[in-house]
Amino acid sequence: MKAATNTFTLAARVLHWLMAAMILAMLFIGVGMVASVSERHEWLLAIHKPLGIAILILAVVRLAVRLRHPPPPLPADLPALQKLAALASHWLLYFLMLAMPLIGWAMLSAGGYPVMLGTSLRLPPIFPTSPVAFAVLRHMHTGFAMLLFLTFLAHMAAALYHGLIRRDGVLSSMLGQR
Amino acid sequence: MHDPVPPDSPARRIGSWALIAAAVAAAAVSFGYVGGWLAPQRLTPARLVNQFQDNAGTFAGYRRNHAKGVCVTGYFDSNGRAQAYSMAQVFAPGRTPVVGRFAIPGSNPYAPDSSVPIRSMALRFTQANGQQWRTGMNSMPVFPVATPQAFFAQLQAQQPDPATGKPDPAKVAAFFAAHPETAAFRAWAKTAKPSASFATESYWGLNAFVFVDANGKRQPVRWRMAPEAVDAGAAVKSGGADYLAADLDERLAHGPLRWHLQVTLANPGDPTNDATKTWPDDRRTIDAGTLVLERTEPQDSGPCRDINYDPLVLPAGIAASDDPLLPARSAAYADSFLRRTSEEAHLPGSATPSAETKR
Repeated sequence: MKAATNTFTLAARVLHWLMAAMILAMLFIGVGMVASVSERHEWLLAIHKPLGIAILILAVVRLAVRLRHPPPPLPADLPALQKLAALASHWLLYFLMLAMPLIGWAMLSAGGYPVMLGTSLRLPPIFPTSPVAFAVLRHMHTGFAMLLFLTFLAHMAAALYHGLIRRDGVLSSMLGQR
Repeated sequence: MHDPVPPDSPARRIGSWALIAAAVAAAAVSFGYVGGWLAPQRLTPARLVNQFQDNAGTFAGYRRNHAKGVCVTGYFDSNGRAQAYSMAQVFAPGRTPVVGRFAIPGSNPYAPDSSVPIRSMALRFTQANGQQWRTGMNSMPVFPVATPQAFFAQLQAQQPDPATGKPDPAKVAAFFAAHPETAAFRAWAKTAKPSASFATESYWGLNAFVFVDANGKRQPVRWRMAPEAVDAGAAVKSGGADYLAADLDERLAHGPLRWHLQVTLANPGDPTNDATKTWPDDRRTIDAGTLVLERTEPQDSGPCRDINYDPLVLPAGIAASDDPLLPARSAAYADSFLRRTSEEAHLPGSATPSAETKR
């Protein structure tokens, strides 16, 4: 099958679209809950923590899939700068999807909070209690979230550019169309 | 069938670019709205905490409310009687270590103890399974208002007038007139006097919570810490601004101080979403155990300094009720905690001790 080399593997596509939905939801949940004093604050927070850990686990699986199955090559005629931007942004996304849950977990640990994923499931702390570390990690969590959202916007714009304007098969390689 | 517009026509290209721009703009605007940047009218934790700073100044490193306080440590000795209603480990017979904090309301850590008639007790119980119960209680049976919006309006009404340095009585009166739910609190406040001791006060949880037993059965509750010390305490020494800490020191030098955790069980239909109303007196109350406080330390160096007494840090067996004040407290405390820890870390953009305003 010639087409197989032009699309991402099924595992990569499923992980991509599942995690796209989860990460985008996570970003909106995150900025929404810290800007709310209503009951939304509580239920969004209750989703935020277990969803973050789910993203962390899936990101590890996805990294393994990525390293095992290299993605289809970018079009040969793509300008070098765009190739570099694609490569850099993809690895930035991998970094952020792994770093964000870890920072969140470390931040709660440093703040002295029990890391509760539900009413009774508690994760162990991964960082010693420290108000200074809490403050640094908490600001990093916001800063990286903003960076992740901007990277998502660029990623989505680039995908649509490939799909609508260049029509070079890059978008369809992730949609799974032949 | 053929496409009436050729795939690479300029019109189609412009359409494609417009679609891309629209997708990015829609995502960015939604994000901005949800995050509050494009919804300036929404009450956010940051606006609540800013109002505290506007009312009393910014004191770097301190809590934005209940800024003046002392740390205490000890334990809770459960008698097992609350176990029938809550599966929380803290209610199994035996001891649970406690790190607590006594404080007075207000944002000024240098305020004299006599400036307000209210005292507060915050506690963190650390269960053997690592889960925690944190609670912040006040020495009054009801809260003035029922919603975060009304609380914010109250803070705004009490903001000192720059001309006089005092709240505008007309604004305060207008607030109370517009908020009849404050009546019970105001009736209490009329007779309340600043106590000479933290030890002789009762501390009410104010908000309702829900106990959950091992079978998942839910029982709405409220709690209060009732003191064993009932003496009038040493008379308030005139002139001393920090007599509460001194009194606590003196009492603890003679032995531990004790409170009884009184848990009141709601009847079906009792409101759980209104902290301005108490439940009828005939509701069943159980004594769940004894809080024993043994040591006190200054808050600057004591173990309570870096604890955010967020009332929604709860163990399995205690859950939030539908009281709208609870998520607002949780959200605002988190904002205050980030501000003071950022100041502790000297992060850029955080207030510095030199920016402190003493009033």
